[in-house]
Amino acid sequence: MADVTILGAGVAGLWAARACLAQGMIPRLVDRAGAPGPHGCSWWAGGMLAPDCEGAVAEEPVIRHGRDAAAAWAEVTQVTHRGSLVLAPARDRADLTAFARRTSGHETLDRANLKSLEPDLAGTHDAALFFAAEAHLDPRQALADLTASLAAQGVEIEQTELDPADIPGPLLDCRGFTAHKALPSLRPVRGEMVVLRSNEITLTRPIRLLHTRHPLYVVPRAGGLFMLGATQIESGHKAPITARAALELMSTAYALDPRFAEAEIVEMGADLRPAFPDNVPRVVQRGQTLHLNGLFRHGYLMAPALAKQAAAFLATGEKGDLFDED
Amino acid sequence: MRDFYGTTLDTPMMLGTARYPSPKVMEEAFRESRASVATVSLRREGGGGEAFREMVRALGIHVLPNTAGCHTAREAITTAQMAREYFETDWIKLEVIGNDDTLQPDPFGLVEAAKALCDDGFKVFPYTTEDSVLAARLVDAGCRVLMPWGAPIGSGQGLNNPFGLKALRAAFPDIPLVVDAGLGLPSHAAQAMEMGYDAILLNTAVAEAQDPAAMARAFGLAAEAGALAARSGPMPVRDMAQPSTPVIGKAWL
Repeated sequence: MADVTILGAGVAGLWAARACLAQGMIPRLVDRAGAPGPHGCSWWAGGMLAPDCEGAVAEEPVIRHGRDAAAAWAEVTQVTHRGSLVLAPARDRADLTAFARRTSGHETLDRANLKSLEPDLAGTHDAALFFAAEAHLDPRQALADLTASLAAQGVEIEQTELDPADIPGPLLDCRGFTAHKALPSLRPVRGEMVVLRSNEITLTRPIRLLHTRHPLYVVPRAGGLFMLGATQIESGHKAPITARAALELMSTAYALDPRFAEAEIVEMGADLRPAFPDNVPRVVQRGQTLHLNGLFRHGYLMAPALAKQAAAFLATGEKGDLFDED
Repeated sequence: MRDFYGTTLDTPMMLGTARYPSPKVMEEAFRESRASVATVSLRREGGGGEAFREMVRALGIHVLPNTAGCHTAREAITTAQMAREYFETDWIKLEVIGNDDTLQPDPFGLVEAAKALCDDGFKVFPYTTEDSVLAARLVDAGCRVLMPWGAPIGSGQGLNNPFGLKALRAAFPDIPLVVDAGLGLPSHAAQAMEMGYDAILLNTAVAEAQDPAAMARAFGLAAEAGALAARSGPMPVRDMAQPSTPVIGKAWL
């Protein structure tokens, strides 16, 4: 007999199950679509564990908790600890200065330093910010590894559609935007991404290109894959990527390295991120239900901390700082 | 104060809703700026932007939808019609972009769209240049507000052509004029208001400031200071120094 039901097996639900096990509770993990896949927005993530870079616009809790994410993930999947790089086109150099002023944990690189870190970029860029403490992972591999580690501890994902109202006992609702009826301030923020394959380009860490109209990040993955992301549009329109978004992501990638022009388009995707008005993920208590939601663009960065606080509350009654007051 | 199609605004500040770090920060910026109008774009969010539109409505001030991102009169007209439906307002900030790099208005497409929209009952706020001939064509088309740029959108350069903006003010004493786009600092806002403009409209300088709410407050104060100065009859500029107290008869050692 399970001690707690978890609805939703995306990045939040999987971490919730892991955190419950760590507290000695037996979770029942349920998802209407089964194992993680293209039906959930965790599937489309970039996998950057970059709390310092996110700090340029994110609120303080995201930076603080995000700094623990890489260590948490390293317990279940391969995490690449090679930092991240931030670049700006030559005519927008002032943006690099502004970004440096708003973030911490970086050093400024000249062309020679950049060449030693990422030789492929030194031909086109002569200045960068290096965030040495940051890391990245392959989100789909991470979801699979986390699912497998739960299975090894006896927790399988049960594919059923359950009404939260019919579930007795404590419930961790990790359904993302699907739970919006219970969380009126939750809103969808559309994101679109492209995956390219190139055997010509070698990058070993995530690269962010600051651009006033079309900011871009590129996350390298195994097999010559590069994930280009991501748009951020205040829209709940769940439809394939638009031509404009694809055009902008790819032309900005081309500006980063012209060899992307010859890369193969492997995949394009779009989904909706659930977000609260301050874009900070949180735990919202509603009776016997805890909602772990609003992970916005910080799913991989914040799921471990959010899950840990929810599980700790179930075990001890203690509320962490990510609990919402309402 | 001149009215905007029959509506008197409490403050001369109009603020955009794009590019904030989060809706919460946007809401704080609006509160601090004391803006009386919120502009909002439709083009990219389209039918799916309901949650965000609800947040804009919840600001509780006048909503001025725009046609940002439109490159032809036809596209702008369709977007305006969508905006009227979504926001239940006949106000529209008309943008027809002629050059994607400078985001300059396309004067020909602008006049064409303005005419069609005014005929259709819209209250059109055209984003234009400081060209007074173009301004006259827009007024002929039925526009009763003009929104000349200070500088290219998002450039933060301030008032690139103060002479042109002053001439426009002089040429259209009865039309409400708003400096729209290019403002980077509160002093730019004050300068526009001191010239006798009726309002300013900006977005990037606030949304992309390190502390958007504080910058919003700074802009709001500057706009109101400039407006107050314009109403207070600024002194004429002179070449000669003029001591404020007479020198003759002053005790000296």
